[in-house]
Amino acid sequence: MLEIRNLHVKLEDEDKPILKGVNLTVPAGEVHAIMGPNGSGKSTTSYVLSGRDGYVVTQGSATLDGQDLLEMAPEDRAAAGLFLAFQYPVEIPGVGNMTFLRTAMNAQRKSRGEPELSAGDFLKLVREKAKALQIDAEMLKRPVNVGFSGGEKKRNEILQMAMLEPRMCILDETDSGLDVDAMRLVAEGVNALRSPDRAFLVITHYQRLLDHIRPDVVHIMHDGRIVKSGGPDLALEVENNGYADILAEVAADA
Amino acid sequence: MPDAATLTQQVPTVEGHGAPAPDALSLRLGEVPAAGPTAAARAAAAARLRAMGLPRPRDEYWRYTDPAPFNAASPTLLPLDTRADSALFADVDRLRLTFVDDRFDPAESDDLALSGVEILPLSRAEAQPGHWVAEAYGRLEAASQHPVPRPFAALNTATATDGAVIRVTGVVTKPVQIVYRRSDPAADVVCHHVLRLDDGAELTLLENGLVGARGNVVIEADLAPGARLHHIAAHRAGHARVAVTHLFARVAEGAALKSFTLSLDGAHVRSEAMVEMAGDDAVAHVAGAVLGNGEGFHHDDTIFVTHGALNGESRQVFKKVLKNGATGVFQGKILVKPGAQKTDGYQISQALLLDEKSQFLAKPELEIYADDVRCSHGSTTGAIDETAMFYLRSRGVPREQAIVLLVLSFLADALAEIEDEALRERVSDRLEQWLTAQAGTLG
Ligand SMILES: Nc1ncnc2c1ncn2[C@@H]1O[C@H](COP(=O)(O)OP(=O)(O)OP(=O)(O)O)[C@@H](O)[C@H]1O
Ligand SMILES: [Mg+2]
Repeated sequence: MLEIRNLHVKLEDEDKPILKGVNLTVPAGEVHAIMGPNGSGKSTTSYVLSGRDGYVVTQGSATLDGQDLLEMAPEDRAAAGLFLAFQYPVEIPGVGNMTFLRTAMNAQRKSRGEPELSAGDFLKLVREKAKALQIDAEMLKRPVNVGFSGGEKKRNEILQMAMLEPRMCILDETDSGLDVDAMRLVAEGVNALRSPDRAFLVITHYQRLLDHIRPDVVHIMHDGRIVKSGGPDLALEVENNGYADILAEVAADA
Repeated sequence: MPDAATLTQQVPTVEGHGAPAPDALSLRLGEVPAAGPTAAARAAAAARLRAMGLPRPRDEYWRYTDPAPFNAASPTLLPLDTRADSALFADVDRLRLTFVDDRFDPAESDDLALSGVEILPLSRAEAQPGHWVAEAYGRLEAASQHPVPRPFAALNTATATDGAVIRVTGVVTKPVQIVYRRSDPAADVVCHHVLRLDDGAELTLLENGLVGARGNVVIEADLAPGARLHHIAAHRAGHARVAVTHLFARVAEGAALKSFTLSLDGAHVRSEAMVEMAGDDAVAHVAGAVLGNGEGFHHDDTIFVTHGALNGESRQVFKKVLKNGATGVFQGKILVKPGAQKTDGYQISQALLLDEKSQFLAKPELEIYADDVRCSHGSTTGAIDETAMFYLRSRGVPREQAIVLLVLSFLADALAEIEDEALRERVSDRLEQWLTAQAGTLG
């Protein structure tokens, strides 16, 4: 489903390479995790895939079901089924959460040639999904993420994902800042969406989320590259020993 | 991105006329009506105007806005548009007063009888000897000529041809609407409305439509203790308005004024409000949302709130969205007189510049002569928040639609000053429609 080949990315404003040849394939139906030290390029990968300004792709490609993602506007990537749960969800004062969700849903439907959701159907859907994530009605009425706690913001990201039903979901440290119960809710939200025609890329620092969401493959990113891939045990190894051993082993192999 | 020049809206440019010639004032004044209950007030206003003169471009008070289009003896011809009246308040249950150019039109107005309020066109009130308007007419305007002269308001008092004279004696259940229409492409409209609200009286006043090729509108509102006046004005899109407006309000003990103005498009507009907090516990909120697109757009809000009593609460909330070389101006002042303790004064003026060619000029001022007060003011100029933009787009909202959402969110604080929820939603929907239609030229 998602295919990243030899992706090189630098900053637009300075000559600073950040991604230095990322290769990653996430087939439909699978969950892949990316772990890696701070600053290794995990968030950058997710931003470049979703089309944030400020980065320049100098080499390589990224496709979603064969469609060239890098050529598309961010909104078209979303309509094509890509979703990023932000590491730092953005506050938008003055725009109500409900308005935001409804505008997003209908914009995506429109661009796919589907009819808009009626106000009634939308309300029903949002109430049902919010309830599962224990997001109360009052939070839905507030402006997008304004005054939300860190954990509430993360749950709000998962609510958006549950509403938009994207096919390729990227979660950037959705687990950080979550208490144990919220972590379980988020994991349940993700697991509820797991299906043979949907894939997940879960960026995390901790094994704990992966206890709830069993990944098929774990990748280690370091200095702008995927340096090692393996099964779920790789996450346990990181949890127990940190990155030093893995990185030393990779360096020795190189 | 298309060439900026092709995006610029076609708005007639306003020619500079330089300093007025010696007889410009006489030309501008024309004939002052010499009979009727308001004759004395009109003569006094004409004398005031002669003493103060028309503004000159170098006057401090006119530093950011060229007075020439208002000084000119006659307006530049502005083609009529054939659109029907705006639908903005069309399905609000209201009492409608229609002014065609500068005359009240009874055929296009509703029956003026309504419980709790007496309404007469100025032209008719002036035909009634002993009508109360004789004492009220021009009184608040005259009292607001210091420390800064407002010549166009004096000119208005001297020469107004019509207006609405409204006395509110109780709680009026439906809004009164003033509608302006155009019939002569060269009409130089001078309208003067006088509102008097008795103790505990309440009125919602709506004002919209198209004011002439050039418009000069004054509202004088005298609020007795405990009275409440809600004023919502909406200036219509697609009208290259050259207009100067003044709202003079006196707010007595425990009375409340809430005034909100929506300005879409326009060419050269100066909108002044002078509010005197005359009694303890008075409340005054004056707010405005302005959207200007194009080099011909110049909109100036000049607000002066004077606290002269205890425990007053005043808010000034002005937001401007500017694009394609549009200019926005805000001059706002809170004056707290000696003894006006416990005053709570707030002023915010903000501009959202959608490109680098547009500009916002702000002069926020506080002048405080009491020691136990809470006053604050702020002024900001910013661009679209690109992080929020990316967040919206990453959820599938196209850039143009995201701009509409972000502009609405920027204006939300100003719209929040409309107390009535149904009216607020109406104005907000209207704004959203306009923005959506314009989205292609805002991006
Ligand atoms: N806009 C930017 N300006 C300057 N440096 C940037 C920018 N974006 C990314 N970087 C740099 O690129 C590197 C990778 O950052 P990125 O946010 O992708 O790391 P990460 O793997 O997500 O780290 P973390 O685990 O801390 O979230 C870092 O050194 C970061 O400082
Ligand atoms: Mg990161």
